[in-house]
Amino acid sequence: MDIFLTYLKVFAVGGLICMLGQLLIIKTKLTSSRILVLFVCIGAILEAVGLYEPIANFAKAGATVPITGFGRSLAKGAIQGVKEMGFLGAFAGGLTATAAGITCAVVSAFVMGLIFNSRTKKY
Amino acid sequence: MNNKIGDQTIIFKNEPKIISHYSVVGEKEGNGNFKNYYHYILKDDLFGEKSFEHAERKMLEFAISNSIKGANLKIADIDLLIGGDLLNQIISASFTARHFDRPFLGVYGACSTMAESLAIGATFVDGKYLKNVVCATGTHFSTAERQYRFPLELGNQRPPTSQWTVTGAGSSVLSLNGCGHKIKMATLGKVTDYGIKDVNNMGAAMAPAAMSTLISHFKDTKTTPDDYDLILTGDLGKLGSEILMDLMEHNGYKFGKNYNDCGQMIYNNNQKTFQGGSGCGCSAAVLNSFVLKKMDEGVFKRVLFAATGALLSTLSSQQGDTIPGICHAVVIEKDDKKEN
Amino acid sequence: MKKEKHLSRNEQFVKYVEAKTPKTKTFPTLIWAYLVGGIICMIGQGINDALMAIFPKMGQEEASTWMLIILIFIASLLTGLGLYDRIGVFAGGGSIVPITGFSNSITSPAMEFKKEGIIFGLCVKMFSVAGPVLVCGLVISFITGIIYLFI
Repeated sequence: MDIFLTYLKVFAVGGLICMLGQLLIIKTKLTSSRILVLFVCIGAILEAVGLYEPIANFAKAGATVPITGFGRSLAKGAIQGVKEMGFLGAFAGGLTATAAGITCAVVSAFVMGLIFNSRTKKY
Repeated sequence: MNNKIGDQTIIFKNEPKIISHYSVVGEKEGNGNFKNYYHYILKDDLFGEKSFEHAERKMLEFAISNSIKGANLKIADIDLLIGGDLLNQIISASFTARHFDRPFLGVYGACSTMAESLAIGATFVDGKYLKNVVCATGTHFSTAERQYRFPLELGNQRPPTSQWTVTGAGSSVLSLNGCGHKIKMATLGKVTDYGIKDVNNMGAAMAPAAMSTLISHFKDTKTTPDDYDLILTGDLGKLGSEILMDLMEHNGYKFGKNYNDCGQMIYNNNQKTFQGGSGCGCSAAVLNSFVLKKMDEGVFKRVLFAATGALLSTLSSQQGDTIPGICHAVVIEKDDKKEN
Repeated sequence: MKKEKHLSRNEQFVKYVEAKTPKTKTFPTLIWAYLVGGIICMIGQGINDALMAIFPKMGQEEASTWMLIILIFIASLLTGLGLYDRIGVFAGGGSIVPITGFSNSITSPAMEFKKEGIIFGLCVKMFSVAGPVLVCGLVISFITGIIYLFI
């Protein structure tokens, strides 16, 4: 029952964040780049003011998988970095915390780019 | 100056004829409403080439050489090639032209390019400066998409006002000798801007231009919409056509069933293109297949072909500029000798 | 004078077009976005839990990072196979907002612009969609760090 509840929370919060994104796309005609930028910034700001942590504890992957989680990691990393290294940490912290994800995205994009070709959309 | 009437219209007294025409379209267009009218339908969007840009060139080349063949001419008989497309620096048209080794004029009027090149070509032929002129335009969905919008594999949703760039090319051979439907007049359009900024709503941006050219045409020639069997705008799409009809009605011209739009007609409703087709391949393919063939059959006798174009670039829209539109109109009349 | 006349004409026309323009049917797309987004997050949670079950020594942080890496890779692969954009057609925000959408927005230009060469095409254009995310993300991360330095 516990595990069911966890996944329900993940679904509810993750879906909600995505739905908010969709609502913004429709209502404001923002392109997907702008949506992603906005959500990253929101995530970072929520983390900085200490609001993202409770959401993440509650929803787990529902809060880390959406791109807001990426913004959160960037902010969290910077704060961590400042605590450990001082001023230098403000430069190094954000990327350190997100390095794995970014590198994976870049490397897999590079490999897929080499292997596959774009196809004409069907719809 | 007696070939010009009114403000914007020229009359071709010698009546240049479209002695041959040819259309090539992609697979999606081939499943659309006019599948029985196209001369050739691609099975593969790449047309056996290594990139979509190359495919676009090959389509153009294919359409041009087949239209020349259809006219029983040799490439050496062609005095001038007029063409354009949507890509930056109109590379498709000019790169295609290098294969033919004939004089070439590259023109750009966005999606209105087919009407523009017909008007220019007809002028040369009518003035007897040149004998045979080929007018051709083409576009490819995938090249336009990557230039104007997003990568093909990006998982975004197309807005409901958007149109689908047609993969296709059309080519017409103009000459005074031979038989074919006659180009009687051309109304050259003005650049018109009514302040639309939404790049996903080209129909609305181009509709005022179509209105401006059509009204000038009716005034210059003292005709009414009822004098034509078909008034065909370029690629306003469904929404754009509705806007045009409203605009025309506002100005005292009522369009009946004889009005239609290439973009609106080309796809069927199940193809999820929202507002329909666009791109200079759209009007070129529809004109050189459906319209001219229907004229052969005698269904249409007098057609007002008004291709519309949105003259924007990615830079202009990113800098927040409004979208100017243009529309050129050409009157095509059925050749009476060609009765079947 | 003429310009002013155009201004009011344009304003009227823009207003008219806005009224005439069909609106996206909001509700169904929101449901789809919710469903797909929620499912992607549940898959993430599933990967996370599976990792922690298979590797008992793995901490929550580490598992979470691995989970993101796996999701990013899967999304990239789906993009390569030409499937991700089909999900995007109906899911909209549901497949844009999760980290998989970020991966898709890096992989799709990489594939698209390969034709212009590995260096000037693939590598340069790779960030043409996702670049702003990294730039803004890093700037805001730096600002956050600076603010924490002084409080």
